[in-house]
Amino acid sequence: MKRRNIVQFTGFFFLRACVLVVLAVLVLFLYDIAKKGGGVISWEFLTQAPRKGMTAGGIFPAIMGTFLVTLVTAVLAIPLGMCAAIYLNEYARQTRLTRTIRLSIRNLSGVPSIVYGLFGVILFVNVLKLGTSILSAGLTLGLLTLPWTITASEEALKTVPNSYREGALALGATKWQSIRTNVLPYAIPGMLTGTVLGLARAAGETAPIMFTGAAFFLPYLPRSIKDQFMALPYHLYIMSTQHHAIETVRPLAYGTALVLIALVLGLNTFAVVVRYRLRKKRRS
Amino acid sequence: MEKGAKIETKGLNFFYGPKRALKDVSIVCPEKKVTAIIGPSGCGKSTFIRTLNRMNDVLASARVEGKVLLDGLDIYAPGTDVVELRRRVGMVFQKPNPFPKTIYDNIAYGLRINGFKHGRRAMDEIVERSLRRAALWDEVKDRLKDHAYDLSGGQQQRLCIARALAVEPEVILFDEPCSAIDPVATAKIEDLIEEMKKLYTVIIVTHNMQQAARVSDFTAFMMLGELVEFDKTEKVFTNPANKLTEDYVTGRFG
Repeated sequence: MKRRNIVQFTGFFFLRACVLVVLAVLVLFLYDIAKKGGGVISWEFLTQAPRKGMTAGGIFPAIMGTFLVTLVTAVLAIPLGMCAAIYLNEYARQTRLTRTIRLSIRNLSGVPSIVYGLFGVILFVNVLKLGTSILSAGLTLGLLTLPWTITASEEALKTVPNSYREGALALGATKWQSIRTNVLPYAIPGMLTGTVLGLARAAGETAPIMFTGAAFFLPYLPRSIKDQFMALPYHLYIMSTQHHAIETVRPLAYGTALVLIALVLGLNTFAVVVRYRLRKKRRS
Repeated sequence: MEKGAKIETKGLNFFYGPKRALKDVSIVCPEKKVTAIIGPSGCGKSTFIRTLNRMNDVLASARVEGKVLLDGLDIYAPGTDVVELRRRVGMVFQKPNPFPKTIYDNIAYGLRINGFKHGRRAMDEIVERSLRRAALWDEVKDRLKDHAYDLSGGQQQRLCIARALAVEPEVILFDEPCSAIDPVATAKIEDLIEEMKKLYTVIIVTHNMQQAARVSDFTAFMMLGELVEFDKTEKVFTNPANKLTEDYVTGRFG
């Protein structure tokens, strides 16, 4: 065999091996959690509140709490993120100022989530007096998600060829008309996907919500947006590190982890399916 | 203003930041004639044609000096309605750029954004008329609901022409309309331009000298951002006044 063929063979072998390693870790990880947590999953586990000092019962309040807080996050992050991206990519002139803004946004996505948590306590809980609540936690997660949403939305807008914009302008469209009718329809699948991926990440965050609204244990479901709430990631954190009978609740902790992962994977899958559907509809 | 001038530039300068891309270009494009702009790559011919419908406005660092008169009125004067200007001065681009919509919707797009409110039947008529004028009707009349991307490159370019015609422009700018399509399709578009000058003022940028000689009434030769020669096409190609023009049109460089 020629030397360059051998080089190619070994090269591809290593690349393939890398992919397999990554896959193996993921599969092992999922298998471990499914094995240890699968046993506790039942209809009761999903629909009932914890009982007996959280050593029995289900995680329904935590599921609801995560759902509600993610909803608040979405309400803040989706419109704000998309609009900011549209402004930055379509309207703002590319000056040093906009470049700085863009760089700051990129940097924000690298800020540790605990920092967002502390910032959320100060701004939403203390200064704006929203209390430790779904609202405060949701807004904090919203801030955390925004840089991701903006960046993903901007990338989606960049994939729309300039010729669509120019073609519309040359026919006497205003800038907004060209964006609304000839850019957004093609960018929105990508924008949505990026946004939902950001939301999925937010749904799994613990640090930003533990000071801003998540409760150790609540015997009731939140009654308003100003109430505290239980959340899956925080519940998991408690069950695995803070509980007085850690060994007893270990299966429940794994069960919680499994539900949380399923939720995040579900959201991600949803995003991918939506994008696929919309793309297919646009270009059949 | 010279009699019959549709578009006229006076001492037109164009800057990309510190770079001067057009130098004192003064030219008169007569009404219902075809004016060709030729010259080597990078001579500013595309920049020039894009100043005529203010497509360069989008660029952040761009600056224009001098005048561009449309029917005697400066289109760079403050208070000019750029949107209305672009409706009156249509443009066909280098690469066919149909929108990812149906053939019908591509043509209807310009009317819809301009607030067309005369109903479906009137719209159908305009779509048909535009496609006929772009010599595309017979090829697509049975599949108006097909996606524009299913057309061939040459058909797509004619679709773009039809799309531009639908909004009833007065001037049509062609920015190297045939550089991305095959010779047969090119011939069709040249015939079309020939036909179009009965109704519209046409300005075409081309790097293809034979094309300029075939389709245009007047030819401007540009180099390095300057207008070297501007005259009747026949004169430019058979008896140019400038040595540079002669060298270029005889193929000695470019």
